[in-house]
Amino acid sequence: MTALALSMMLDRAVSEAPGLARLVAKAEVGGEPPDDIPLYAPRRKIYPQRTHGTFRRIKWAVLVVTLGIYYLLPFVRWNRGLNAPSQAVLVDFPARRFFFFFIEIWPQEVYYLTGLLILASIVLFLSNAVAGRVWCGYLCPQTVWTDLFFAIERLVEGDRREHMLRDQRKWTLETYARKGVKHILWLIVAWWTGGAWVLYFADAPTLVKHLATLQAPFIAYLWIGILTFTTYTLAGHMREQVCLYMCPWLRIQAALTDEYALNVTYRYDRGEPRCAAAKAQELRAQGKPAGDCVNCKQCVRVCPTGVDIRNGADLGCIQCGLCIDACNAMMTKIGRATGLIAYDTDINIKRRMEGKQPFVKLVRLRTALYAAVIAIAGGMMIYTLATRDSEGINVIHDRNPMYVRLSDGAVRNGYAIRIVNKQLRKRDFILAFDGMPASLIDFVGVPPREDGQLLIDVGPDQTREVRVLVTDYGDTPPASTAIVFRLTDVATGEQAEARDHFFGP
Amino acid sequence: MADEPKEIDALTGTATTGHEWDGLRELNTPLPRWWLWLFYATIVWAIGYWVVYPAWPLISSSTQGVFGWHSRDAVVDDLDALKASRGPMVGKLAAASVAEIVADPQLLDFARAQGRVAFADNCAACHGAGGGGAKGYPNLNDDDWLWGGKLADIENTIRHGARSGDDKGHQGSMPAFGRDNILKPNEISAVADYARTLSGLPAEQGADLALGKKVFADNCAACHGPDGKGNREVGAPNLTDQIWLYGPDKQTIVQGITNGRGGVMPAWQGRLDESTLKSLVVYVWTFGGGEK
Repeated sequence: MTALALSMMLDRAVSEAPGLARLVAKAEVGGEPPDDIPLYAPRRKIYPQRTHGTFRRIKWAVLVVTLGIYYLLPFVRWNRGLNAPSQAVLVDFPARRFFFFFIEIWPQEVYYLTGLLILASIVLFLSNAVAGRVWCGYLCPQTVWTDLFFAIERLVEGDRREHMLRDQRKWTLETYARKGVKHILWLIVAWWTGGAWVLYFADAPTLVKHLATLQAPFIAYLWIGILTFTTYTLAGHMREQVCLYMCPWLRIQAALTDEYALNVTYRYDRGEPRCAAAKAQELRAQGKPAGDCVNCKQCVRVCPTGVDIRNGADLGCIQCGLCIDACNAMMTKIGRATGLIAYDTDINIKRRMEGKQPFVKLVRLRTALYAAVIAIAGGMMIYTLATRDSEGINVIHDRNPMYVRLSDGAVRNGYAIRIVNKQLRKRDFILAFDGMPASLIDFVGVPPREDGQLLIDVGPDQTREVRVLVTDYGDTPPASTAIVFRLTDVATGEQAEARDHFFGP
Repeated sequence: MADEPKEIDALTGTATTGHEWDGLRELNTPLPRWWLWLFYATIVWAIGYWVVYPAWPLISSSTQGVFGWHSRDAVVDDLDALKASRGPMVGKLAAASVAEIVADPQLLDFARAQGRVAFADNCAACHGAGGGGAKGYPNLNDDDWLWGGKLADIENTIRHGARSGDDKGHQGSMPAFGRDNILKPNEISAVADYARTLSGLPAEQGADLALGKKVFADNCAACHGPDGKGNREVGAPNLTDQIWLYGPDKQTIVQGITNGRGGVMPAWQGRLDESTLKSLVVYVWTFGGGEK
């Protein structure tokens, strides 16, 4: 339990020197920074408060769906017949294949992965142009797992207030017990995360059996260990620091966004000046300005990254909308209109202050361009996937010697020809050759068919290399001639071609 | 300095080490206890390492460690594991005849892969990376075979070599007609010109082809045959084809007749194991398909 004890030490709040905290606070709220402000600020532990509301429900739903897919997908079966695995999603490293339901990808088709990454990034950009950090707030694994870990923490150690108070008091046996339970639960979730990961790389039911009976390969246990460690560390201990200091997306995001993107926004036109509910009534009676924000700080307390949304856009804000839920609950409680914090733009705030109608501009040049790129890239992917050949031919000309002079003076070239059969059944192919009339083509080691044609069979989902010799009996041996090898499926007539050259002296 | 009271840094509330450089003071933030204990634990671990594994250099050797572990043994283990993983296929190769290997696509693939490596290690120095040959070293891709190009012939040549000293190897070499004063220079020149005409190459102007023909019949036909088509029994090349082991120019031919020829192919049986030998035979055979 040493590791557990060690991580429990990380639960202790950093003893903040009051002077430093004051300076940091002063700098953060925009005051004049003192000359000798230190470059180091201790992490302030965040105790996010439980929330209820629309966005909390959305987050729960996303959490259940995404984690459900992640944990259960390896167990989904997909019948491909005898010659291929029956797991719907499988990265088969030993056989060098990737299976995704009805799609099978060979290593040389890895550009589909490139296409998928391009699509993913443009979809990310589009979501950012429409509604800011949707990815960060709801879908990012760091957010989802941290959210789950927060839920466990609140379940075991209580909500914000209870948890903070217990941490600050002298630690009792109960404190240790609760923290122990929390870390054990965290480790179980983390271990399960790593466990699900390895199931994507082997037949899941078999691997589960082998893992349980300690027969699984060491690499499986190692990866479970690595992912248990990273999940436990990133979601349990590092949390918002991953977003703030490690993640590149928030920097890129800040550069990619524009003023029309909907963001979780504090509507300061309505909220300022902040004052207590009773005082506001008093001020309004006197005809003086009073905002709707009662400065209850619920929005700050529920924030998983410790941001005060009322200070405006913030790199730390992952835009999960939990402050909207918290503020709406408070506004409802004191009988005011909800939506003091909402998905909105700064433009709209300024327009309302000028008495104009707010608007949402979804169709803009950038959203249109992103959508067009998605449509083009996605369309190309679907088109190439739907029309790709299930057979292929690759030719490598001999390097040494480039050509051979035979005893009767004819010139011969040697080629290594690899024939690819991507179908899950054995196929017969005929290899033909074109480009030099007075020539002869011959397999090495494979006798020709009775009619003289070169027939070769390739096993299901396999490749086969044959050595092919082309001999030219023309009068003048050519220095270089373009030639074509043509592969034809005997049964279906499907063809594949490869171009190469015939060299002479 | 150690006894001086340590100054407390006003900003952080942390004690300083008391050192100061140009107004910069160093905070004294000791390592966490747990880190320190881990550090001590690694030292203890290292001592255990010295005992268990070879560690300390001595004058002519080193301490051996109580486990008896040795990096050379680890390499041997790895090689054994590799052999074991290839074992079934290697065993099949060693048991099968070369003709059986060629008939079985799976064995042929494996043999070619193994042969490619063995060829690069053992043969490429003379015959070239792809068997393209060089002056005096036959091109293995063509259809001209000094000692025969059927699978069995290739196997025999690789196993026992040529002029290798192996009893079963090929014998016979080109005598040094000039050096040993069997032929006079004008006879050598004439027979060289005659030899060139056998494969359709032009003779030098003023060449005495009649003399050349007579000299050939008297001295060369015994091995190269009356029509110059060669004799595999003694490795005498066919002089009527387009392939010249040493080159078709007259000077090279004169050189060969004067000083003789006798290139050596080593015998590989005994140097290489059975599966490697057979892989090489099959690999060389697939260069040009051998002889039908």
